[in-house]
Amino acid sequence: MENTFNISLTVNGVAYQKEVDPRRLLSDFLRHDLGLTGTHVGCEHGVCGACTILLDGAAVRSCLIFAPQVHGREITTVEGLGTIDDLHPLQEAFREAHALQCGFCTPGILTSLIPYLEENPHPSEQEIREAISGNLCRCTGYQHIIDAVKIAAENMGSS
Amino acid sequence: MTYKIIGKRVKRVEDPRLLTGAALFVDDVNLPHMLHAAFLRSDYAHARILSIDTSQAKEIPGVVGVYTAEDMGDAWEPGPPLVSPPPTLKDVIFNSRRQVPLVKDKVKHAGEIIAVVVAESRYIAEDAVEEIYVDYEPLPAVVDLEKCLDPGSTLVHDDLDSNLAAHLVQNKGDYQAAKNQADLVISRKFQLDRGAAVAMENRGLVVDWDQKNQHLMVWDATQSPIPIRNGMAARLGLRTHQVRVVAPFVGGGFGPKIMMFYAEEMVLPWLTMKLNRPVKWIEDRRENFYATTQERQQVQEVEMALSKEGRILGIKQKIIHDTGAFNPYGLTTPLNTQSHSMGGYDVKNYTSEVTVVFTNKTIVTPVRGAGRPQGIFVVERMLDIACKELGLDPLEVRRLNFIAPEDFPYDHEIIDQAFTSLVLDSGNYRPAFDKAVEMLGYEKFITEEQPRLREAGKHVGIGLVPFIETTGVGPYEGARVAIEPSGKISAATGVGTQGQSHMTSFAQIIAEQLGVEVEDVTLVTGDTAEIHWGTGTFASRGAVVAGNAVLAAAKDVRQKVLKLASSILKTPEGELELEGGMVRVADIPDQSISLGELALLANPFRGAVEPGTEPGLESTKYFGPAYGATAFGVHGMILEVDPETMMIKIKKYVTVEDCGTMLNPLVVEGQIHGGVSMGIGNAYYEKLHYDENGQLQNASLADYLIPGSTEMPDRIEVYHANTPAPNNELGVKGVGEAGTIPVPAAFSQALENALPEFNLEILETPLSPNRLFELLHQREEHP
Repeated sequence: MENTFNISLTVNGVAYQKEVDPRRLLSDFLRHDLGLTGTHVGCEHGVCGACTILLDGAAVRSCLIFAPQVHGREITTVEGLGTIDDLHPLQEAFREAHALQCGFCTPGILTSLIPYLEENPHPSEQEIREAISGNLCRCTGYQHIIDAVKIAAENMGSS
Repeated sequence: MTYKIIGKRVKRVEDPRLLTGAALFVDDVNLPHMLHAAFLRSDYAHARILSIDTSQAKEIPGVVGVYTAEDMGDAWEPGPPLVSPPPTLKDVIFNSRRQVPLVKDKVKHAGEIIAVVVAESRYIAEDAVEEIYVDYEPLPAVVDLEKCLDPGSTLVHDDLDSNLAAHLVQNKGDYQAAKNQADLVISRKFQLDRGAAVAMENRGLVVDWDQKNQHLMVWDATQSPIPIRNGMAARLGLRTHQVRVVAPFVGGGFGPKIMMFYAEEMVLPWLTMKLNRPVKWIEDRRENFYATTQERQQVQEVEMALSKEGRILGIKQKIIHDTGAFNPYGLTTPLNTQSHSMGGYDVKNYTSEVTVVFTNKTIVTPVRGAGRPQGIFVVERMLDIACKELGLDPLEVRRLNFIAPEDFPYDHEIIDQAFTSLVLDSGNYRPAFDKAVEMLGYEKFITEEQPRLREAGKHVGIGLVPFIETTGVGPYEGARVAIEPSGKISAATGVGTQGQSHMTSFAQIIAEQLGVEVEDVTLVTGDTAEIHWGTGTFASRGAVVAGNAVLAAAKDVRQKVLKLASSILKTPEGELELEGGMVRVADIPDQSISLGELALLANPFRGAVEPGTEPGLESTKYFGPAYGATAFGVHGMILEVDPETMMIKIKKYVTVEDCGTMLNPLVVEGQIHGGVSMGIGNAYYEKLHYDENGQLQNASLADYLIPGSTEMPDRIEVYHANTPAPNNELGVKGVGEAGTIPVPAAFSQALENALPEFNLEILETPLSPNRLFELLHQREEHP
């Protein structure tokens, strides 16, 4: 490819510099160029929300952004939240409430909720419902996700 | 039987990996030198291919190859018939027509594959797909179920006389005699339409032929890795041990991921062997709408004969079932429709004719529910209509017709999808039904709340329907359980996992037997290297069939542990207990030995293993039920309709579920919630719109709407009734599909109840706000 972009960015606190094609989707860049496969791709047209990541702290869909557009920016993916041995309180609450089944949509739901809970630390059920209304889940019927967010809000508020 | 671990709300062991992005899905597999495939799919539903020009596509830098059917040579052959018609039924017509890897001369549905590009990246491969030129001769599309058998209709398969794919009749008792004695005979025609499964993960494959080792490695987002392995080996002329198929974490299945073989599963293994390089293909969402199987379209004419008290004397049914362009999955779906068209009712006389037709639409195979929702829909709708005509209470009529607890096992005298007689193994329907009535607050709603709300101008309605679900069918599943020298437990089963929590609930079964913690058990699902025999995850059978195989293997290992420990501790087996990873003498806890030490002793490096014994503390066992375990449930809802926008809000939703013994209630509830959400989609949001040219009009998630969090009721209340299954030791019945099955029936009842002034009679599903608007206007014009 004759025209590539040289981009620098920070992902989960790690600085990267990479050559990318202008049309490289951010989702593909994260998954296949950086090996951060926790970000999942469900529709590639911005509806399902599975590929949601945090761009300078805001939840955005990585399938609707080209990699060169994030030059100089800071990204957090699901890998940047908690670890297997030390889950983030939101992840812990998801486990507690059985808020995931196949787990494919889960990374995008977690990343959507992180900034939401920062802004609204004590959401009502209805507010949680609206907060996740842009994320599709085919397994859970959302009820356990709502339970998990309530648990997380309580635990994160008290910590 | 009281358990310590089975039946507890154990948190899932698979979650930490899934929650941190560390779980492996197929698209996460990246291999050195891996190539990427993209497919040219037909834009036409029905067209003859006159020529294909791939020359320009081949010129694009980074393209390794472009292939059509011709290039496959002798490797080109249709997929295997997955499920044959029932051999036990007489006079069955079944015209087997199977899907092909690459289309040779005539396209039979939009989305069929004409050519494949292999390139250094998916981006390049898709560029090249755009440069393939196909000269088509478009043909009229066969779309309408009721017209496609007309003489002179266009043919989907030119070598057949008609578009008839299959025909069978099932009879029980004497319907005509029952009808002659009836006080009321009603007949109605029903339209049931197509929906999509919409697993959040699309399908995908990575294949890697290792020339030097003569071994094919496959990662496949399938529900059925072992049959995929068997079939790939057979197609490629390899021994089964030369092929390993791994279904890693799979992002939802819901039925279509058990279709075998998809065209891509036939093309990719051929490519990796031809090119000696790994090849990846990940389905995109648009491909998923065209190429992944779908379900539910039927036209049914149903007649029900009743006494004036509301007793069902007989049911007569004519089903036209759409199988799409091919019928690899046999008659499973329409057989399930028949099995559920009598519901949980004592119906003595039944006659049902199934006509399966080919159309120029995507292939039909089971989708969560798998023909059952259609059966429950028609029988419950017919009962609702009968109650109105007879002026009877819909609850009482259901109670009157339930199979009585003393009548189980109840033989319905027809064949079900397992080709065995439809025997309902056990049940106690009336108390479960009454519990749901109570939970929904039915009487109070009807007598107090609804009149008050109607007075206030609200359009609120109530619906409550019972249903059965045949689950846990054979043929068999297996499990291997072994104690490692570390004292940890290693286990495997052949069923794949798409979110059903097998790694936890099966670990609970093992932990219970071997006296270890659930976390000490590592259970692998969906890897053919871990277990050789099995079929797959379908028909709500994982917990029943694989679960009982796991139990059998764990019990056998326990016996081996006790036998060895007895000789070492010089204590009779009956005085030993397994606890905390140790075998102890019951009264003298410090006389003990760990499972790890026993595992080492069971595999000595010197000395002799006693005749008649095996090395190791390991066992592989199989479970195959003679017939399935039939679950029962009741769903009830109260909904409100906005007569301006036709939007609905479900104000209350209750379910009573009898799936026998629960392995893990948390998991059972999750399965029901998810099933209900798909059922709500099936009732009011999800319909695949095919036009008269066989073109799908809403092939994106922006146009095909699955329920989001705001479409769901505030709470789905779940109550567990428990009638243990008598034919498996755990007493479990499946629950994976249950939540989906009764929703359109309950929804329709509630909608009619909410709009009494329109005197609606809902004879179709799915509805939508638009369609409801049309129905109400039809009623206003022709009251």
